[in-house]
Amino acid sequence: MTALLSVKNLTVEFTTRDGIAPVIDDLSFDLAPGETLSLVGESGCGKSMTALAIMGLIPSPPGRVASGSISLAGENLLQASETRMRAVRGNEISMVFQEPMTSLNPVFTVGEQIGETLRRHQGLTRRQAKALSIEMLDAVQIPLPARRINDYPHQLSGGMRQRVMIAIALACRPKVLIADEPTTALDVTVQAQIFDLMRAVGKETEAAIILITHDMGSVAEMAERVVVMYAGRKIEEGYVDDILTRPRHPYTRGLIACVPHLLETVSAERPYLQEIPGMVPPLSDFGFMGCLFAPRCDRVETLCWQEKPKVTQITPSQSAACWNLQDAKVRVDA
Amino acid sequence: MTDYSIQERSLQPTSARVEHPLIETARMFAGNRAALSGLAMLFIIVVVSLAGPWFYPTDPFEMVWSPFSPPGAKGFLLGTDYLGRDLLAQIIHGGRATLAVGCAAALLSVFIGITFGALSGFYRGWIEETLMRITEFFQVLPTLLFSMVLVALFGASLGMITFAIGIVSWTGVARITRAEFLKIRELEYVTAARSSGASNTNLIFRVILPNSLPPIIVQAALLIGFAILFEAGLSFLGLSDANVMSWGAIMGNNRPYILLHGFTIMYPGLAIFLTVLSISLIGDGLNDALNPKLRNR
Repeated sequence: MTALLSVKNLTVEFTTRDGIAPVIDDLSFDLAPGETLSLVGESGCGKSMTALAIMGLIPSPPGRVASGSISLAGENLLQASETRMRAVRGNEISMVFQEPMTSLNPVFTVGEQIGETLRRHQGLTRRQAKALSIEMLDAVQIPLPARRINDYPHQLSGGMRQRVMIAIALACRPKVLIADEPTTALDVTVQAQIFDLMRAVGKETEAAIILITHDMGSVAEMAERVVVMYAGRKIEEGYVDDILTRPRHPYTRGLIACVPHLLETVSAERPYLQEIPGMVPPLSDFGFMGCLFAPRCDRVETLCWQEKPKVTQITPSQSAACWNLQDAKVRVDA
Repeated sequence: MTDYSIQERSLQPTSARVEHPLIETARMFAGNRAALSGLAMLFIIVVVSLAGPWFYPTDPFEMVWSPFSPPGAKGFLLGTDYLGRDLLAQIIHGGRATLAVGCAAALLSVFIGITFGALSGFYRGWIEETLMRITEFFQVLPTLLFSMVLVALFGASLGMITFAIGIVSWTGVARITRAEFLKIRELEYVTAARSSGASNTNLIFRVILPNSLPPIIVQAALLIGFAILFEAGLSFLGLSDANVMSWGAIMGNNRPYILLHGFTIMYPGLAIFLTVLSISLIGDGLNDALNPKLRNR
């Protein structure tokens, strides 16, 4: 597997009042061409920061990439110039954001906004860009695209706007599409449509997708591989089937158990919604030399408080960072 | 265009089509009676100032009759000034310079204000510190005194007067622009634009500035009124271009006789009053029409 995008030992530090905190702590993962990889974790785990780091958009100050490398097809993006990065953004790597309601510029029509990206990166004329914008709106299944390009964002619904965002992101046929919780702000009925769309258009444009989410349901639906993050660290990685059926890290197990099931939930064995007790540690605790999940873990041991968990390679494709891995035979009650 | 299939029609938004924001603003403005009358008033004033001199060609500098003839005497509708010059001709001819100075000075201050506000709001850091200190310097400056010094030093030409007014009145625009930039730069669509490869210039001019225009437009409209008043004030103190007739200059010329022949000051004053009033009404109307929070009260 030759990696298209390769993140190696990435550490991003934020300067806070309490000192320097690594919001991303020694993170490594590879993304193969055309693959869909999911970054999973609760809010504040560093998922969005990872996306911004790849885009070269870490807010600085207070953020700073302390070490590591991010290479796209062999080119280290962390050493690229700002001019080069501007050419990469939107063209080779593009991003879809969580809030479609506020991610479009309200004073320009959607056609102008798709066209602007095209003209910027592909050097198209206004006329060519317009034709291609219509094509893109058609590809994201917006009805009557030739009329819709003259609409302003406020004239469209949330789902429509997210389609426009996807059209903008994919217009230049990027190699990598980063989708940062693309369906969190949408109705459940629309979520599935957007996922279908991303899969279809992603396949057509041969874009690899990084899906950032906290919802294991979305992961099951979309992803091929999963990277589970907790407090800035990668704690488990593997193929989606392995992760969902045989999670080895207690946190992954907790995440999966948290997905509500309408009918099965109402049973004697599982009467309540599952939850992981506690919450993600504050930024000031990041970088702690033990396991950051220890305070919330039901399998915690003395060692967990003392040393950072080593990554155990379970199978060639699955690895987890835990001192007390779950037994592979124990299936999740999901 | 009208004949969609049922399927296509059902995909249309069910509610009435949303209007273009500009049309919506225009509709709001048109529903505001005060603003409309202001617009009508200003329109008449502008037309009279621009076209009037052709229809009333009496030279405003020519002495046509005895000084201080009361209004109506010998066919001079508004009478004559202290040199026996036709007051009506002066007001008609003076409108051009007054409006020109007002608009040019407002344009200058909007330009400086947007530049300062945009740069400091976008780049933050030391740029903001520096530019905001300069802004504060101009805020605490006694504006009239500073303008008077400028005009006294460099000569009372129309250009210099315009510059002197523009240079002291931009601080409000700078602060408003900066505030809008600070607010908008954190919004998601700015990050989204950045992530699609937009350059800083692009972000400033295509993304943030267009979205911060409404309050700036209102401020700019009010600035024109302010500049006209300021010009009148300078002229009243004698700092006017002697070769150009303006409303302020008429008042300045007749200032010594204000108690005996008040009409010579009252008429140009009335012209200034009506102009500034109409601009203020328009500014208020724009403010209501552009500010969504005040809509549909």
